[in-house]
Amino acid sequence: MIDIQHISKSFDGRVILDDISLVFEEGKTNLVIGSSGSGKTVLMKCLVSLYQVDQGQILYDGRDFTESSEEEKREIRKDFGMVFQGGALFDSQTVAENVAFPLEMFSVMQPAEMRDRVDFCLNRVNLSSAHDLYPSQISGGMKKRVAIARAIALNPKYLFCDEPNSGLDPKTSIVIDNLIQEITEEFNITTVINTHDMNSVLEIGQKIIYLNKGKKWWEGDKNSILETDNAEVNDFVYASELFKRIRRASHS
Amino acid sequence: MAVFQSLGHYFLFVWVVFSKPQQWRRFWKQWLYEVNSLGINSLPIIAIISMFIGAALTIQTAYNIDSPFIPLYAVGLATRDSIILEFSPTIISLILAGKVGSSIASELGTMRVTEQIDALEIMGVNSGSFLVLPKIIAALFINPFLVIISMFIGITGGWIFGVLAGVVSTTEFVYGLQSFFQPFYITYALIKTVVFAFLITSISSYFGYYAQGGALEVGSSSTKAVVYSSIFVLVLNYLLTQVLLS
Repeated sequence: MIDIQHISKSFDGRVILDDISLVFEEGKTNLVIGSSGSGKTVLMKCLVSLYQVDQGQILYDGRDFTESSEEEKREIRKDFGMVFQGGALFDSQTVAENVAFPLEMFSVMQPAEMRDRVDFCLNRVNLSSAHDLYPSQISGGMKKRVAIARAIALNPKYLFCDEPNSGLDPKTSIVIDNLIQEITEEFNITTVINTHDMNSVLEIGQKIIYLNKGKKWWEGDKNSILETDNAEVNDFVYASELFKRIRRASHS
Repeated sequence: MAVFQSLGHYFLFVWVVFSKPQQWRRFWKQWLYEVNSLGINSLPIIAIISMFIGAALTIQTAYNIDSPFIPLYAVGLATRDSIILEFSPTIISLILAGKVGSSIASELGTMRVTEQIDALEIMGVNSGSFLVLPKIIAALFINPFLVIISMFIGITGGWIFGVLAGVVSTTEFVYGLQSFFQPFYITYALIKTVVFAFLITSISSYFGYYAQGGALEVGSSSTKAVVYSSIFVLVLNYLLTQVLLS
């Protein structure tokens, strides 16, 4: 569980996150949604300490991350897995080497065990045949799946996904969404996903937080988001013609 | 004020880089890769430049000796001292600042803008030490060898082309090489080389590591890396010469 208490963050006097408090639950896919510039990415970067918060606390299962030293943060981060928007795979390494990287750095596994673990993670994301390919040789969807495999290699307690299906076609997006949800439930991970894709919201939104102008504006799940009378949330949800039609159809 | 801020930021970066590697096996593997990438791969360009600069130095020196009171073996002596004292340690380091410096800055800059450095940090890896320390240690190790090879090829080039051009004989050139030799010149050249190797790799890494934005900014950080590395090599060249030779 990740407990965020009253965090704020500004850049050059411009408030990006304004007194946000929320809880990301264990074993659930927690989605942070909002339009561009709402503060989603800054919130995620604060969660993993790529940015320091100006005030407030972030507690990982009771461990205060904001007050920790760099060394303590590095220890807590070993429980993190992160899937970046572009994958952030290491170009000079093969798919298998990318997945093996955290194991080589932080585990005490023997080479044979490590190979088994890499095989398991790549099988889990249906990429068992891509071991020896380089990131430049695989598609965007495959890169995301390799990034997921790398993120789960060390059995993380917390998984962060920054727009995991941006740039992907709808079918591949659903595959990635379902994969993240399955992994979250299977390994009881606290998963935080940044997205502005409404398909993802309805597919895997077990808990949804809507950010607007740096504030937590609304909280609910994939069922309640379609029923809410919050005007800003409705503007966001029903921005596309597809969802407008769905609403019209359900009301008629 | 901004200059002092940047200097402070650079020294903090160097402090982080010189932390104990989290995984020694990985460090040595990366170090070996960097020795090849930064050092061995630079050998052809260093050999070509050293050979022709040595040749030009010999011929120019010979043509400039007009006085009958200056013996012709001075050509060998002047070529040797020019190459050992200045050309090999300083000019080769400036060339490496261009070749190696831009390569380091663009590699790290690309890793930064594609979030690969963020990925390392989030995994709990000290990215500064992991990525930069092997480069610095590799350059500190391999650059002195490159400079010694450059000295050898430069002097050999001077001898071969000097003789081919008919401006000096082998006997005179070799006699000049053996005359008034001061072994400290080699020590002085190697001290400079090690200092320059540190400057080139750390400054270039600094600009690459903190690149922000996209392809344009990576290009700009690469240019800054070469410019600042070259300026600091030249300034330190003057200071070290003043301290070590005066």
